[in-house]
Amino acid sequence: MSAVVAEHDGHHHDDHAHGPEKGLLRWIVTTNHKDIGTLYLLFALTMFFVGGAMALVIRAELFEPGLQFVEPQFFNSMTTMHALVMVFGAVMPGFVGLANWMIPMMIGAPDMALPRMNNMSFWMLVAGVLLLASTLFMEGGAPAAGWTLYPPLVLQTGKALPFAIFSVHLLGVSSIMGAINIIATIFNMRAPGMTLMKMPLFVWTWLITAFLLIAVMPVFAGAVTMLLTDRFFDTSFFDAAGGGDPVLYQHIFWFFGHPEVYIMILPTFGVASTIIPVFARKPLFGYSSMVYATASIAFLSFVVWAHHMFTVGMPIAGELYFMYATMLIAIPTGVKVFNWTATMWKGSMTFETPMLFSIAFVVLFTLGGFTGLMMSIAPSDFQYHDTYFIVAHFHYTLVPASVFILMAAGYYWLPKWTGHMYNEKIGQLHFWLSVVSVNILFFPQHFLGLAGMPRRIPDYAVQFADWNMISSVGGFIFGISQLLFLYIVIDTIRGGTGEKVSDEVWEDAHKHGLEWTLPSPPPYHSFTTPPTVIPTEHI
Amino acid sequence: MNDDVKQKNAKLVRTLVFVVVAMFGFGFALVPLYDVLCDITGLNGKVASVAVKEIVYPVDKDREVSVEFVTSLNESAPMLFRSETKKLKVHPGEYYTVNFYAENLTDKVMVAQAIPSISPGLAAEYFKKTECFCFTEQTFKPREGRTMPVRFVVDPNLPKQYKIITLAYTFFDNTKTQ
Repeated sequence: MSAVVAEHDGHHHDDHAHGPEKGLLRWIVTTNHKDIGTLYLLFALTMFFVGGAMALVIRAELFEPGLQFVEPQFFNSMTTMHALVMVFGAVMPGFVGLANWMIPMMIGAPDMALPRMNNMSFWMLVAGVLLLASTLFMEGGAPAAGWTLYPPLVLQTGKALPFAIFSVHLLGVSSIMGAINIIATIFNMRAPGMTLMKMPLFVWTWLITAFLLIAVMPVFAGAVTMLLTDRFFDTSFFDAAGGGDPVLYQHIFWFFGHPEVYIMILPTFGVASTIIPVFARKPLFGYSSMVYATASIAFLSFVVWAHHMFTVGMPIAGELYFMYATMLIAIPTGVKVFNWTATMWKGSMTFETPMLFSIAFVVLFTLGGFTGLMMSIAPSDFQYHDTYFIVAHFHYTLVPASVFILMAAGYYWLPKWTGHMYNEKIGQLHFWLSVVSVNILFFPQHFLGLAGMPRRIPDYAVQFADWNMISSVGGFIFGISQLLFLYIVIDTIRGGTGEKVSDEVWEDAHKHGLEWTLPSPPPYHSFTTPPTVIPTEHI
Repeated sequence: MNDDVKQKNAKLVRTLVFVVVAMFGFGFALVPLYDVLCDITGLNGKVASVAVKEIVYPVDKDREVSVEFVTSLNESAPMLFRSETKKLKVHPGEYYTVNFYAENLTDKVMVAQAIPSISPGLAAEYFKKTECFCFTEQTFKPREGRTMPVRFVVDPNLPKQYKIITLAYTFFDNTKTQ
């Protein structure tokens, strides 16, 4: 249970021990995992605000019934673009950024296994997102068919369709390359003594996520390629006139789509399992059960896809199978929630900002999980399908879960990355504003959905007016509160509170991970000689 | 990074790239798999796209099933399309003929394909057509209008719970893809 501070690069002077390049070019040509991690994280933060602005367009339009600000077509583009930007531009790159920064430091590796590919996957991501954003300015507008891009509706997109599809290809290739890199790093670059079952859970969850990515991103690429050929090359994959079937697209999409939502949540679990033990000052309760639960969730994600399509007219046997298989996921997920709770049980807890966000995650993610269970019940799902209830559900599992944990990770590791302490008071203010407003924003959407308000509509019946107004108010408070986070990030990079942070930053953190044995900020090249003692407190 | 690790990395990357390519192929393999599954199980309201032989069934005079006929046009195809009968009470086992009328509203030759769908989907396998304009593409001369028959029988084995069957046709304008 002890750790010895590993030798740092500062003491080495072999020919690899050079610093970063000077000037702006450093960020373009860099192959350093810390630089690329920073790029990913800053890009994700930017996209979080871009996607958030789109969400505020939606909430502004829905503030009152009737059409106030935008045309229905643009409104629908906003729902599609908000979703794609948040999923592919903010949440996924956010976790890839954390993986780049933390995985080599957590497993005692000098860098990622494939540094050049690492650079390439980041810049392909930027290209993909720019291409996607460019569709906003094209004739016929950006795609307006939900994030699921169902045909035949999506085939009615104007000039933007091929651009949107190529952008999905780019984003897919980028994340597949990132995933391959992560798998190679974890398999081949671990320090001696860092066996698989001694790896921090964040590394474990990312390993499993990376396998999900390489398994399903190509399937999605295939599905959008079929859309492309249906539109331009007269194939009939989804066109009934030529013997195709639009429901086929839904099957292929959700074969990708369900693992995709776990791609966004599994690294979240990993970060939560990293932060909670540190602030509870206890080892994680049930390390190996957490590993197996993650693997089970990943496996189950491949066999439950049609619960997104209970209403397409499946036979009763299919509905029952997908219903029970979906309910099964609650078991490994429950294992995780109980593990986090048990970790906190009788711990000497303190409530710094990263811990606050993590506790909010445990509570609010569980709430989002429960509404998921409600929808897994096939007969009930007919009421919830395509209403605001599903919108409330997946936002609870994404915003106060994935996004909150990205925030928590930011607060937790920023002092390590920058060597400066963030302003705890503003951090706590950010937390309380966020946690209250996120519930004002999304909780009423449950009521709207149960009352029958459909999703993806710019106008609605007056009976839905009150809760929509409350939800919009919550949305604007939430959106504006996030500027505090932006302020903290900039402020911390520029010196923060001015307090010099120690290597381990958080009390006894060095027992929980190798990254805390390095100086704050860590040298440009770390662990060029592997560390000799592996912390095992997290096990 | 030493050469040993580099070699291990290269090998692993090759394997993973192979997985990626295989999964891309798997996405396309889902297309025939889906059709096969729908064929075997008769799901999805997919009906036979070829005529069945006319065989004589025992007619169940005591039972009446309503058959509704619905017509629609895809993406506002420039056509007129209607059923001359909207609703028919039929006895299972007896053959009926219903006429549909379709007209080309353009001054060009039009090739169109009608796609049938039956709901409830699970009743589809009991609804048999011996003659239908939907089995092949239809070519219309400029401004041509035509009455086309559908001859069908409801199999007497149709489970008792089905009292109404809806037969929906959608005409797709396929001229451009010729």
